[in-house]
Amino acid sequence: MYTNDMKFAETHEWIKIDGSNQVIVGITHHAQELLGDLVYLELPQVGKSVKARDTIGVVESVKAASDLYSPVSGKVIAVNDNAVQDPTLINSSAHTDGWLFKLELTDITELDKLLNAADYQKLIG
Amino acid sequence: MMRQTPFYQNHLESNAKIVDFGGWALPINYGSQIKEHEAVRTSCGMFDVSHMLITDITGAESRKFIRYLISNDVAKLEKHGIGKALYSGLLNHDAGIIDDLIVYLMPFGYRLVTNAATEEKDMAWINNIAKQFEVKFVNRRDLAMLAVQGPLAIEKVITIRPHLSSALSNLKAFMAIEDHGCFYARTGYTGENGLEIMIPTTIASQFWNELLNNGVIPCGLGARDTLRLEAGMNLYGHDMDENFTPLDSGMDWVVDLSDETRDFIGKSNYIRLKTLAEYDIQVGLILNGRGVLREGQTIVVNNNNVGIITSGTFAPSLKLSVAIARVKSDTPDTVLVQIRDNLESAKVVKLPFIRNGKSLIN
Repeated sequence: MYTNDMKFAETHEWIKIDGSNQVIVGITHHAQELLGDLVYLELPQVGKSVKARDTIGVVESVKAASDLYSPVSGKVIAVNDNAVQDPTLINSSAHTDGWLFKLELTDITELDKLLNAADYQKLIG
Repeated sequence: MMRQTPFYQNHLESNAKIVDFGGWALPINYGSQIKEHEAVRTSCGMFDVSHMLITDITGAESRKFIRYLISNDVAKLEKHGIGKALYSGLLNHDAGIIDDLIVYLMPFGYRLVTNAATEEKDMAWINNIAKQFEVKFVNRRDLAMLAVQGPLAIEKVITIRPHLSSALSNLKAFMAIEDHGCFYARTGYTGENGLEIMIPTTIASQFWNELLNNGVIPCGLGARDTLRLEAGMNLYGHDMDENFTPLDSGMDWVVDLSDETRDFIGKSNYIRLKTLAEYDIQVGLILNGRGVLREGQTIVVNNNNVGIITSGTFAPSLKLSVAIARVKSDTPDTVLVQIRDNLESAKVVKLPFIRNGKSLIN
């Protein structure tokens, strides 16, 4: 579930390396479970520059809206339109098909500040 | 320490996600609230509603007491007979809404069903008013309550109680029967056909399992909320509370003024406000775009704040977002809603959004 190829933000985003200076980001299985059936997703525009911990979107379930944060700084190079069309993809495959956006990194050292799988597992108990 | 209903073990056995609901340990869902919602609209679901309070009223002056206590008039029940039910408001002296409730005409007097969150407040109020009358009341915590709802609901209950086949098939809406200690009422909070069944706690778990074994889907509080919202039904504490009257909460139909000789709590202020005709109104909203309408969002027309959303959700059956709102009476058919940083357009409609399982919107 939470594997060593993933890093995590305390705000329940996961991040995987996807090329030399690129990452792919989503929200964790734990987050989708807390939120429940997802019904709406707002993602940033491709080309947008973001800083670590910026609010860059919204994930809404039937019962609650939750801000989406960028775990690291960079430029948005892709967003998952499939997830926008069908947010339940995040419920069923939060770590794979339910990915949310891809970033070109501006500071690769920011990855070191994120949690590894074991620490995230400890965080969520 | 949360209070547990007689179905608590049943919930755990169906992998319920348990939450604290007003001090009660209840299921918010059993995996997917949207699937549960759809089960109620297409086949049959069941909800543990044992947290709600059943109060039986007896005594020589029970009729006089109830006719004074609540906004609707139980005298209307008599022509239908024992088991007939009425939805009513419980008002304070200013006509503010203390609670909403259902009252049944019973062989011994009356049975009230009131909300869980208002239990203490309601009982203190009723206790106080009861002092003026020759009545007794008893809370029936020896009864569990199960709402079985959906197009197949009555069929499913008949499957497990075949001797009631005729009685349940012929049971009219807002009518109830008693059998073997159980009380079957054709009422509900989902906009679907179905029953709300009061069951002695000693046999409740078993009753649940019989329905479960016959394909009835356990449904939690999450689905309960999306279903009742689609059906345009108020939720106390959200769509109305003591700061509002039946006039501005879409409930003027539960205030029965037809017998002028009947005095009831809140009557004079209600009439005064109704005559003044300056109150806000309750409407339905449908979001035109993508997103979710939520309680507390403001409604804007020509840069003026004209109202507020009192409950909102994404409606699984309609596949768009709907809300119940309180707005100025001259609000036009299209409004803007403040959703985070944006003003989104929404259509104003009459409630409900769904009736008898069918969508009323285009």
